[in-house]
Amino acid sequence: MIGEIDPTIIHLTVFVLAVFVGYHVVWNVTPALHTPLMSVTNAISSIILVGAMLAAGSAESDWGVWLGAAAVVLASVNVFGGFLVTQRMLEMFKKKDKKGNA
Amino acid sequence: MSANFIALAYLVAAVFFILALKGLSSPLYARRGNFFGMVGMAIAVVTTLTITANWMLIVGCIAIGGLIGSVVAKRVQMTAMPELVAFMHSLVGLAAVFIAIAAVNNPVSLGLPEVLPTGSKLELFLGTFIGAMTWSGSVIAFLKLSGRMSGAPIVFSGQHMVNLLLAVVMVGFGLWFFFSEATNWTAFAAMTAIAFLLGFLIIVPIGGADMPVVISMLNSYSGWAAAGIGFSLGNPMLIIAGSLVGSSGAILSYIMCKAMNRPFLSVILGGFGGETADQSAAAGVQKTYRSGSADDAAFLLGNADSVIIVPGYGLAVARAQHSVKELAEALHKKGVNVRFAIHPVAGRMPGHMNVLLAEAEIPYEQVLEMDEINSDFSTTDVVLVLGANDVVNPAANVPGSPIYGMPILEAHKARTVMVVKRSMAAGYAGLDNDLFYMDKTMMVFGDAKKVVEGMVKAL
Repeated sequence: MIGEIDPTIIHLTVFVLAVFVGYHVVWNVTPALHTPLMSVTNAISSIILVGAMLAAGSAESDWGVWLGAAAVVLASVNVFGGFLVTQRMLEMFKKKDKKGNA
Repeated sequence: MSANFIALAYLVAAVFFILALKGLSSPLYARRGNFFGMVGMAIAVVTTLTITANWMLIVGCIAIGGLIGSVVAKRVQMTAMPELVAFMHSLVGLAAVFIAIAAVNNPVSLGLPEVLPTGSKLELFLGTFIGAMTWSGSVIAFLKLSGRMSGAPIVFSGQHMVNLLLAVVMVGFGLWFFFSEATNWTAFAAMTAIAFLLGFLIIVPIGGADMPVVISMLNSYSGWAAAGIGFSLGNPMLIIAGSLVGSSGAILSYIMCKAMNRPFLSVILGGFGGETADQSAAAGVQKTYRSGSADDAAFLLGNADSVIIVPGYGLAVARAQHSVKELAEALHKKGVNVRFAIHPVAGRMPGHMNVLLAEAEIPYEQVLEMDEINSDFSTTDVVLVLGANDVVNPAANVPGSPIYGMPILEAHKARTVMVVKRSMAAGYAGLDNDLFYMDKTMMVFGDAKKVVEGMVKAL
């Protein structure tokens, strides 16, 4: 190695590969479940909660902590709302399955 | 906990997120997929808690947000899903902005060097401006979808120039922010403010008909915002999760654009939909159509061997899903083969109509996508079009028509067509529909719910 790799390059590598994974996984999603796909991706994008927690959990308390705390509330609404509404929708698809088999 | 252990836990969470999306390839595994998503999120949150101070504050905030989210998820009507999704996108966007501001304010607390290197500044810039645009764009989308704001496009001359100019100015402030030695709050604040304004300006000119594209696009933005924050904080899990969401939204936007045969760029530039120009009236031609009652329609349906129902958003507006289910069951009892044909833009967001039919407990095996069912129309006795218009307009096959090339459900190939509609008014595209004037077409006027209930009674 000529020198140390900039972490940004490593992150870029992760990013590009993840986009490819996303691309292939999402094309396999059945169109009937596109709405649950949107709500579950919504919940997943609230992984930003982790960043919010780090900001809110800073040991040096200044107004940044409060901003982080506000972000934690916003992201949590999404985490819970997103996963639960997805579950609610998917339950509807399940009920039909039982009936169809009966 | 060691940094390596945390990174590994984050990797596990990221794998769970991929599995969550993979589960959605079939309704059979979808619920397990969603559960994987929750597990991934739980791992990520618990792991993060081990390295943060202010536990009480964080757990309290999660509890507040979680309570709000749970109540909303429980109470929301399925017809209101597009609004809910738009609302949730806006939260992700705003949270991203807050985190970015906190990071600029105190880089060390988020694991960044005390003096931000230019690379980190660039990443923060990306996270902030995508987040800000996601927030304001989603707020407008939410207002339009929930009817609190008119769905008509808001256009003014020079709109695109203004947007372009603002974008250039925003990048200018961004550059100033990168190259300032100390933290340049003026540049950062100006940049953020312009990004908010841009998100607003980009969505207002887009009409109600294009909302499925907008909502998918904002879905994508919210993912990129999360990935941007992941770059800023050097957190691969955020990058992976954000990219998954970003590409998912991008694919959905593409599918929606293709289903409407509209180039993505023209949707984004806006100004389409909302016009109510009636072309047949303009031409001064009075075309004749045949209309009948719900009883006549029920008679035809009852005597058919095969029926395909084409539901449109009009059905959901009339809250007729449950009546339609009764109709399908009544026909089934008579030995009629009933199926549903769904156009990709049948609802107001991708897959919306499928959810609405599922809510009414219509078995999903009977609900088919356009590509699966289109070849069957020519051998079908009766097609019942409920509150759909443009998606069955044969003008899509006529070169020169504004919707030429749009994939449609080939209802016009069936032996008999019945259209339930309030009036002869044009659809979103503002086009007259030749299907309504064909010899084999019978129009049934009235509220979809009442008409369908009438049919059930007559059967």
